[in-house]
Amino acid sequence: MSASTATAPEAATSTPTAARRRDALLWLLNPRLAIGLAIILIMGVGSFVLPLFNTVDPSVQATYLKNLPMSFEHPLGTNAIGQDIFWFLVFAVRNSLTLGILVGLGVTVIATTIGLSAGYIGGNFERVVMLFVDSFITIPLLPILIILGAVIRGNSNFLTVGVIIMIFGWAWGARTVRSMALTLREREFINMAKFSGANTFDVLLREVFPYVTSYMLVAFINTVLFAINTEATLAVIGLSKVEVPTLGSIIFWALNYNALFTGNYVWIVAPIIATVALFLGLFLTSTGFNQAFASKRGVA
Amino acid sequence: MIGVLQYVAKRVGLYLVVLFIGLTITFFLPRLMPTNPIDGYIGQIQARASGALTAEAIASLRENLEVLYGLKGDLFTQYVSYLERVVLRFDFGPSFSFYPQPVSQIIFGAVPYTLGLLLCSTTIAWILGNLVGLVAGYFHTKRAASVLEIVGILLYPIPYYILAVTVILMLSYVIPIFPLSPSFPVGEMTPQKFGMIIYNSLLPAITLILAGFGWNILSMKALAVSTTEEPYVTYARLKGTSNGTRMLRYVFRNAMLPQVTALALSLGTIFNGALLTEMLFSYPGVGLIMRTAASSGDYNVLYGAITISIIAVATAGLIIDLIYPLIDPRIRHK
Repeated sequence: MSASTATAPEAATSTPTAARRRDALLWLLNPRLAIGLAIILIMGVGSFVLPLFNTVDPSVQATYLKNLPMSFEHPLGTNAIGQDIFWFLVFAVRNSLTLGILVGLGVTVIATTIGLSAGYIGGNFERVVMLFVDSFITIPLLPILIILGAVIRGNSNFLTVGVIIMIFGWAWGARTVRSMALTLREREFINMAKFSGANTFDVLLREVFPYVTSYMLVAFINTVLFAINTEATLAVIGLSKVEVPTLGSIIFWALNYNALFTGNYVWIVAPIIATVALFLGLFLTSTGFNQAFASKRGVA
Repeated sequence: MIGVLQYVAKRVGLYLVVLFIGLTITFFLPRLMPTNPIDGYIGQIQARASGALTAEAIASLRENLEVLYGLKGDLFTQYVSYLERVVLRFDFGPSFSFYPQPVSQIIFGAVPYTLGLLLCSTTIAWILGNLVGLVAGYFHTKRAASVLEIVGILLYPIPYYILAVTVILMLSYVIPIFPLSPSFPVGEMTPQKFGMIIYNSLLPAITLILAGFGWNILSMKALAVSTTEEPYVTYARLKGTSNGTRMLRYVFRNAMLPQVTALALSLGTIFNGALLTEMLFSYPGVGLIMRTAASSGDYNVLYGAITISIIAVATAGLIIDLIYPLIDPRIRHK
C-alpha cells in the first residue's frame, strides 16, 4: 500500500478507503481460518440465539415422554430421563462456550500481566515470580479439581470449576509471554522508547503489548479449548455440576443410562459430534490465526 | 567443571523449592474450603447408626479422626507435622476406606500399573507421531504429505474422553475384540496373569497412543518444515546425499530436540493423564485410586496421589534440564 502511494500519488488519492480496509483484512484470510471461524460462528450464534425461543428448561427431567425417536417436534428425539436431546445440546454448547471464554479471558489477562512484567522488569522480582510459575506448573490440575470437587461437592456452582481452572491454568502462558518479553527487552525500538523518556509502564503498554497481541489471541483460543475440555472431563466422570447442561454432562448422563445398550444412539453420538465440531472449529481458528500472523510477518 | 557443578546445584535447589511450594499449596487449598471432611464422615457414621451415637461417642470419634487425618491443632502445627511426615517418612497416614492399610502401600501397589501403561503408550505415540510428522514436514511441498498432516489435524482436537468412548464403542461393542469390563487379577504374578494384564491394557494403550499421536505429528511437522529450509540441509542436497539420509541425519536430528523436551514433560504429567484413562477403562493404577478416594472422601489417599504426581512432574523437569546439554551441544551451561 505504502509502496503504491510513493510511486503513484494520484492513484492513491483515488483509492477509496473501503479498498484499503479490504486490503488490511485480506492478509487474515486463509482457508483454515475461514472454516474455523465459520464453525464457531454457526455454533456460537446458534447456541446463544436459539435458547431465546425455548420456554422449557432443558435440564428438567421427565418433561417429555422417554426415548422418543427423532421427529419434527424433537429434532434429536428425547432421552431416557425425558429431556429433549436437541435443546439440552444447545444449552450445553452455550454453557461450555461461556465457561471457556470466561476462563480464556481470565487466564490471558493474568498470564500476560505476570509474564510481561517478569520478563521486562527482571532481577529478583523475575526470580521470585518464575519460582511461583514453575511451582504452579508442577501442580497437576485434574487431581486438584477432583479434591476440590469432593470437598465442595453439592455447594459448587459450575462456574466455580472455571475459577479453579483459571487459578491453575495461567502458569504456562506466563512462561511463554515472559520468554517473549525477554527477547523484546534487548530490541532496539524498546531502547529507543526508553531513551526518549517513556517509563516502564508506558513501554510495556505502547511498545511491548502490541507485539504480543497476536500471540495472545492464539493463546486465548487455546485456553478456551482447554477450559471446555477440562470442565467436560470432570463432568464425564461425574465430578462437575452434572445437572447443568454442558458438553461433558450430556455424555455423563448418556453413559450413566447406558444409552448404547438401550439403543438410543443419538443421545451419545450427538454430543460427540457437537464437541468434535466445536473443538475442530477452535483449533482451526487458532492455527489459522497463527498462519495469518506468520505470513503477515513474512515468515511463511 | 565448576560451572557444571554450579549449574547442577542451582537446578537442584530450584527443584527443592518448587517441590516445597507445590506441597504447601496442596496442603492449604482444601483447608481453605468451607467444608470439613470429618463432619461429613461423622454424618455418614451417624446415619449408619441411625442417630444412636451419644455426644461423648461423637466427641471421642472426632478426636480420633483428627489425629488420623492430621487435623489436630492449629493450621501451623498441622502444616509442620504434615511436612515432617511427608518429607521425612513419606507417610500419609492410614487409608480410610481400607483402614488400617497405610496410604503409601496402596499407592506403591498401583504405581507399576500406571507407569507401565503410560510409559509404553507415551513412548510409542512419540515415535510414531514423530516419524509421520517428519515425513509430512520433509516433503511438505508434496500433496500426499498434507494428507498426513490432516490425520494430525483431525486427531488432535478430539477431547480424550470422546476418543476413549469411541474406541470402547468400536473395539468392545461394535467389534467385540476386547472385554467391556476388563478384570485385573490380584496376588502373585504368573505368566498367565501377566498375559491377561497385557491383553486388558491394550485397549487403554491404543486410546492413549491415538491421543498422543496427533499432537506429535503436528509439532514435528512444523519443526521439520523449518529445519528443511536451513542452509545446511541445502548444502547436504548439493553435496548429493539421498533424500533418506538428509531426512534422518540432517533434519530429524536437529528437529528432534524440542520434541525430546516435550516427551520428557509429557512423561512427567502421566499421572495427570492416567486419571481419566484409568477411570474410563477401570485400570487399577494411581488414577483409579484417586477417583475412588475422591468419591469416598479418603483424603489421605488423595494427598498421597497428588504428592506422587507433583514429585513426578518436578523430577521430570529436573532431569530434562540436567541432560539437555548432553543431547543438544548448542546449549551452554550458564
